[in-house]
Amino acid sequence: MSALTDDTLPVTPRAMRDEMIVFAVMAVLLAAVPFSGIYPFFVMQALCFALLACAFNLLIGYGGLLSFGHAMFLGTAGYVSAHALKVWALPPELGILVGTAAAALLGLVAGYISIKRQGIYFSMITLALSQLLYFIYLQAPFTHGEDGIQGIPQGHLLGIFDLSKPTVLYYVVLVGFLAGFLLIYRTINSPFGEVLKSIRENEQRAISLGYKTDQYKLLAFILSGTLAGFAGSLKVFVAQNASLTDVHWSMSGEIVLMTLVGGLGTIFGPVVGAFVIIAMQQYLAGFGQWVTVIQGVIFVACVLLFRRGLVGEIAHWLRRSL
Amino acid sequence: MQALYAQLLVGLINGSFYALLSLGLAVIFGMLNIINFAHGALYMMGAFAAYFLLNLGGIGYWPALIIAPIVVGIFGMILERTMLQWLAGLDHLYGLLLTFGIALIVQGVFQNYFGSSGLPYAIPDQLKGGMNLGFMFLPIYRGWVVVFSLVVCLATWFLIEKTQLGAYLRAATENPTLVRAFGINVPRMITLTYGLGVGLAALAGVLSAPINQVRPLMGADLIIVVFAVVVIGGMGSIMGSIITGFALGVIEGLTKYFYPEASNTVVFVLMVLVLLVKPTGLTGRAA
Repeated sequence: MSALTDDTLPVTPRAMRDEMIVFAVMAVLLAAVPFSGIYPFFVMQALCFALLACAFNLLIGYGGLLSFGHAMFLGTAGYVSAHALKVWALPPELGILVGTAAAALLGLVAGYISIKRQGIYFSMITLALSQLLYFIYLQAPFTHGEDGIQGIPQGHLLGIFDLSKPTVLYYVVLVGFLAGFLLIYRTINSPFGEVLKSIRENEQRAISLGYKTDQYKLLAFILSGTLAGFAGSLKVFVAQNASLTDVHWSMSGEIVLMTLVGGLGTIFGPVVGAFVIIAMQQYLAGFGQWVTVIQGVIFVACVLLFRRGLVGEIAHWLRRSL
Repeated sequence: MQALYAQLLVGLINGSFYALLSLGLAVIFGMLNIINFAHGALYMMGAFAAYFLLNLGGIGYWPALIIAPIVVGIFGMILERTMLQWLAGLDHLYGLLLTFGIALIVQGVFQNYFGSSGLPYAIPDQLKGGMNLGFMFLPIYRGWVVVFSLVVCLATWFLIEKTQLGAYLRAATENPTLVRAFGINVPRMITLTYGLGVGLAALAGVLSAPINQVRPLMGADLIIVVFAVVVIGGMGSIMGSIITGFALGVIEGLTKYFYPEASNTVVFVLMVLVLLVKPTGLTGRAA
């Protein structure tokens, strides 16, 4: 199997220092958003998708596993959180916890099933599993079918932070995003992450070195699903609804597209990709189905012309890992 | 009992489409090492080709049955020459991503011009009406779809497993470099193979036009079910694809009768069960 990315550069202290500088710049820029006059709703939405794409990227970029069903985590966590907040009237922190836990459980089950096959079959299985869940949610009474769960109360986080205030909500989402991002960054650079990369490069060799690769892949899948679910739970507070679009296969495709545009297997690529794609959807909202066509064109262009993605190209040019 | 037989027939028809589509996917995967995500969109183009031939050119069902697969097949070969061929040697995943992009483009363009609702396509005069078989009423067109699909599937199996051209094809799947050394033009064979797979999808589209109406998204959900069929049956064997396709269609039809709530999900549930019991798929070759 040929390598997906060309991050053959060793992880040196200098590379990590560079990455931390970029991270700090990103955090400061994002923290300044409420003072800039940029529409915070747009940035919050993009942050949720950025975390989602980072979680997806953990699997494809570092484990070589292309999940074509990551919308199932977004949708499941969204539905469960929304139901917990609205019907059970749980406080926000518990709502997020319940939704994320549901995604973790789904990650365990879906991961156990889908890692039984490799490569292209893995992608088809994840896609089929998410379609299975789509039909279940379509028929289950608690999701309210085509209407979705609407008018979700935002409440007070930990009894202190009033999430109905956009600025407060923004910082809560930002902290959630940064925490998730750092967890993924830590994972990638841990011994666990190194084993994962070796599985991506050559699974047979990793097995012959004594690693139980199925356990590593399952753990990575659960972690990715849990973080994707966490993003889905946060998104409930931003959008105040949970609907079938979040579980649809086209959503899974968008997650793939964001990561591909930013750069598969790059640390900051998924974040950049998510902002680019969400911004594009915002500006082209009036063009109807042409948005789909443009997304398709971007897919084709990325695969044929720049497989490294935006951040990957910059990193390659600077000879750094980003 | 009438309702049971009717659902069985619906199941056989869906099974025909599963078989034709998974067969094409298997043939393409064998030669190009690409899972063709655009297969559903090309199936839809087959149905639209028949619709255009009738409404713009006044060309009816029978010529369309031949012309539409050829036209869409040529479109597929252009895709292969201009885009897919550049992916040779790259990770399989890029093929999936590229063809997914192509599917989005094709479906998006058709949705822009035709919305999401269905366009009617009439059953040809010769196949209108039905027969009373004693135990059930058989609409002739539906019976025709099942029989004709089966014939096409078996002909494809014969072409690949029993003819000299098929032998070249199978050899090139195993070892393209060696086959090239014998003076056979492998890149041209790859292009033709893709055209054949796409043509089969388009043919399924023409067959389905009078039954399911012509819609831009008619292939979008279907292709995901076909992926599950492919996971269950494996892509190693042509006959395996055909049998699995028809069998799953029938099981889906039975589910529609006995437990309709699960008819959308039964194929996916079966996929999960097969993966748990026999992870390599029914035909047994690991990926």
